[in-house]
Amino acid sequence: MARVLSLLAVLAVLLGALPLQAQNDLPPAPYAYKQLDDPAQEAAAQKLMETLRCLKCQSQSIADSDAPMAGDMRHQVRSRIAAGEDPEAIRSWLIDRYGDYVSYAPRVTATTWPLFALPLVLLALGLLIMLRRFGGPK
Amino acid sequence: MIKRVRWGLWLLVVLALTLFALFAIQLSRPKDNFVHSGMIGKPIPEFALKPAVDDRPGLSSADLAQGEPHLLNIFASWCVPCAAEAPQLAELEAQGANIVSVAIRDRPEDVRAFLDMYGNPYSRIGADDLSEVQFAIGSSGVPETFVVDGKGVIQYQHIGDIREDDVPMLLEKLKGAGQ
Amino acid sequence: MIAEIGLAALWLAFALALLQLAAGVMAVNNPDTPLAALVRPVASVQAVLCALAFGALLLLFARTDLSVSLVAANSHSAKPLIFKLAGAWGNHEGSMLLWVTVMAIAGGLIAIIERRLPERTMIATLSAQAFVGLGFYAFLLFSSNPFERLPQPVPEGMGLNPLLQDIGLAFHPPTLYFGYVGLSVAFSFAVGALITRQVTPDFARVMRPWILGAWIFLTLGITAGSYWAYYELGWGGWWFWDPVENASLMPWLAATALLHSVSVLASRDALRTWTIMLGVVAFSMSMIGTFLVRSGILTSVHAFAVDPERGSFILALLAIYIGGALVLFALRANTVAEGQRFSIVSREGALVVNNVALSAILGIVLLGTLYPLFTEAFGVKVSVGPPYFNPVSAIFVVPMLVVLCVGPLLRWRHDSMKRIRPSLITVGLAVLAALAAALIIGGTDLLPFIGILLSAGVAVGSLLPLRGRSLRRLPLAVWGMVVAHFGIAVALFGMAADSAFTQEELVAAQIGQSTTVGPWSVTLDDVEPIAGPNWTALEGRLLVSYKGGALYELDPQSRNFWTPFQQTSESALLTRWNGQLYAVIGDDAGQGRWQLRLWWKPFVTWIWYGGVLIALGGFLSLIGRVAVDLRRRSAERRIAQRHEEAVS
Repeated sequence: MARVLSLLAVLAVLLGALPLQAQNDLPPAPYAYKQLDDPAQEAAAQKLMETLRCLKCQSQSIADSDAPMAGDMRHQVRSRIAAGEDPEAIRSWLIDRYGDYVSYAPRVTATTWPLFALPLVLLALGLLIMLRRFGGPK
Repeated sequence: MIKRVRWGLWLLVVLALTLFALFAIQLSRPKDNFVHSGMIGKPIPEFALKPAVDDRPGLSSADLAQGEPHLLNIFASWCVPCAAEAPQLAELEAQGANIVSVAIRDRPEDVRAFLDMYGNPYSRIGADDLSEVQFAIGSSGVPETFVVDGKGVIQYQHIGDIREDDVPMLLEKLKGAGQ
Repeated sequence: MIAEIGLAALWLAFALALLQLAAGVMAVNNPDTPLAALVRPVASVQAVLCALAFGALLLLFARTDLSVSLVAANSHSAKPLIFKLAGAWGNHEGSMLLWVTVMAIAGGLIAIIERRLPERTMIATLSAQAFVGLGFYAFLLFSSNPFERLPQPVPEGMGLNPLLQDIGLAFHPPTLYFGYVGLSVAFSFAVGALITRQVTPDFARVMRPWILGAWIFLTLGITAGSYWAYYELGWGGWWFWDPVENASLMPWLAATALLHSVSVLASRDALRTWTIMLGVVAFSMSMIGTFLVRSGILTSVHAFAVDPERGSFILALLAIYIGGALVLFALRANTVAEGQRFSIVSREGALVVNNVALSAILGIVLLGTLYPLFTEAFGVKVSVGPPYFNPVSAIFVVPMLVVLCVGPLLRWRHDSMKRIRPSLITVGLAVLAALAAALIIGGTDLLPFIGILLSAGVAVGSLLPLRGRSLRRLPLAVWGMVVAHFGIAVALFGMAADSAFTQEELVAAQIGQSTTVGPWSVTLDDVEPIAGPNWTALEGRLLVSYKGGALYELDPQSRNFWTPFQQTSESALLTRWNGQLYAVIGDDAGQGRWQLRLWWKPFVTWIWYGGVLIALGGFLSLIGRVAVDLRRRSAERRIAQRHEEAVS
């Protein structure tokens, strides 16, 4: 590990000629920082983007990130919505590629059902506690 | 009634201990920070990218379904580990791997300078200015290397830079994809 | 020398904590032993020594003693003094020392002033406090020594992280620690009461100020953290349901429930076991939160220095304290006698609804935060975010807030809805008015819509306890409750209005170009490069006006730090009473245009005003309770005196 790190350090110095910020030199994708003209479509896109996870960030949605990859993904979302695609279809398209990790809105699946079942259990438990405490003969 | 309550309390203890056990398990093993592609075993989606430099052709999905297996390298001139894996890519090419690549969000002159400095192991380089192909194949960063078989089906994804000890493994995967 | 003194003081404090525990355990089992008299003085001396150790660390940072490893790694001689001092707790070791210091001082205070409980319960409580303290001392001394010397002093310190040199960030973590430590005191009281089985209204009155204090700090900490994320991250979001945010929210939820149940116990001698359990749970949540944040097993947007070894240590402490307390609870809970009964339509009944709902919300936040960790153990990655947390927690938040509208109006023990009918009608009218207004404005999603209706109901309902009462003679604690509940309405309205009515404008503007966002017109007047001590920036000058009124200037910056290379957006905010204009300047968009992000966020600031009101309510309540206690104590002393005089 130390070897790799020192190698990276040397490389970073060598790369001095190649600016690290080069990432930012290419202008952002057209729809990374531009809204769709149709407000309804833009609202749909915004809603979807707020629930898609930025893959390059620690834990942010693509709607909250300046990472270039998040910008490119916003472009994907907006241009697909503009082309008339359904937001949920775009979400599934991304889940096919990146797994459930990419979506902040968990689906009910074999691995995630307890996420939805347990709150119902809590609700039942809460009602039960109230009934036990207050429902019996006065 | 009292017995049932006590049951519930012990259940709470068990729940807490289970939670701590889960924490212990997760602490004891290295964290997998990679997002793995869901496209392994699926045909590569259709795409056609313009050339990123003038002395290599661009890349399309059809180029990857001509019967010969490929290594598909996702890189960018602005990415530091991409430079670190250049010698390994050269070695892979020397051992007969056909390497094609996609340059992410890059200018032709920057790609040119990068290739001049670190060598050019690629037979084709497509320019993916909007990360579209990257998204389509489920790649979440640079560099990544995919093994694609002769029919254009993605067989394997290597995330991060290729280290020296990864070279034989990738050659093996490539050979496997050729059969 | 200072470092050695600090370390020695820490070791001595550790030894005294050990003594406190040993003497305490023996005294609990055998109240006649002379050791019992040792527990209180030892606790106070331990507090002094621990404070001395922390003072030594502050001094080392103030002097930038670069022979100390922690100072060299986290400070720099060129920092302003205030940030040098803040550097003492801006790292893992120092923050742990601060934690244990505050805890020792709290223990010392209890030992000196608290005389209301039976001595045996007090000794059990102080033993529990020493037991918890021991774990943290051991953590410091064996795995995170803040006073470690370098073999060779370094010429200059490393730490000058520009992003952390923010006055808000310097005081944000200690605020949360104070909260956690207050909950640790409540935990010790709960354990002490479990050991001696003496769960009485007196016990609740003794515990209440600590819970209130902890809760005030937690409320302020969360409010400040949320505002920091809002202006610093540059996208106008104020709550992300990020693991670190959830880690601070969970103890707050538990403390809020505890605060309400302890009131029931203090006033009505009911909910005994439930209160004890919440005392255990609240501190557990602080520990779990600390573990999640420091072990790095969850991915979060808030960067923290993480270390799996520290994680293992905290996990061991978690297992010992929480596991132990829960086992004790399971063994003892049935032997604590059931308290007073009450009917559903009563003050207690409403507070039970509050407690059940808060506990369920806590369960949901815990579940959603840990679930990704759980699936990861099986190799599956999932994300749980706002689309899960918002609607699922709303299932419980909504009924809780509905009950909040009327709960404070109900009488203890037994009441009827008929009696409070006029109040119900008043609240109903407020909700109807909000409904009409929301329908006229239109265009909101379901959750913000419900939020607006509820905020109207809660706002009116929270003020109703003032009706018909002399405002001057109203006890401070009641004022506290009214202010805090009103604060909830204010914050809720801010949240709902922000998500319902925010307007966004993304534009690539040329110099001189104008655009509009909501009622604002915005002109990009100029963009010029400026330089700071370790950054360069592009600063945009925006001229803005609200509905064609006066011109204001906003100067958002896009900063490039070069060590290490990092780009940040310094947003510029313009606050009106009814919202905020939020402006960010981004990159050069080519052809002489600049990327601007503009938001008009109606009433967004009400979120944090509400948070401050909630904390203020807690503060009023705390003052009121402590004042009543002091008055009662001096009255008792006078009676005792008179009694003595009469006898003699």
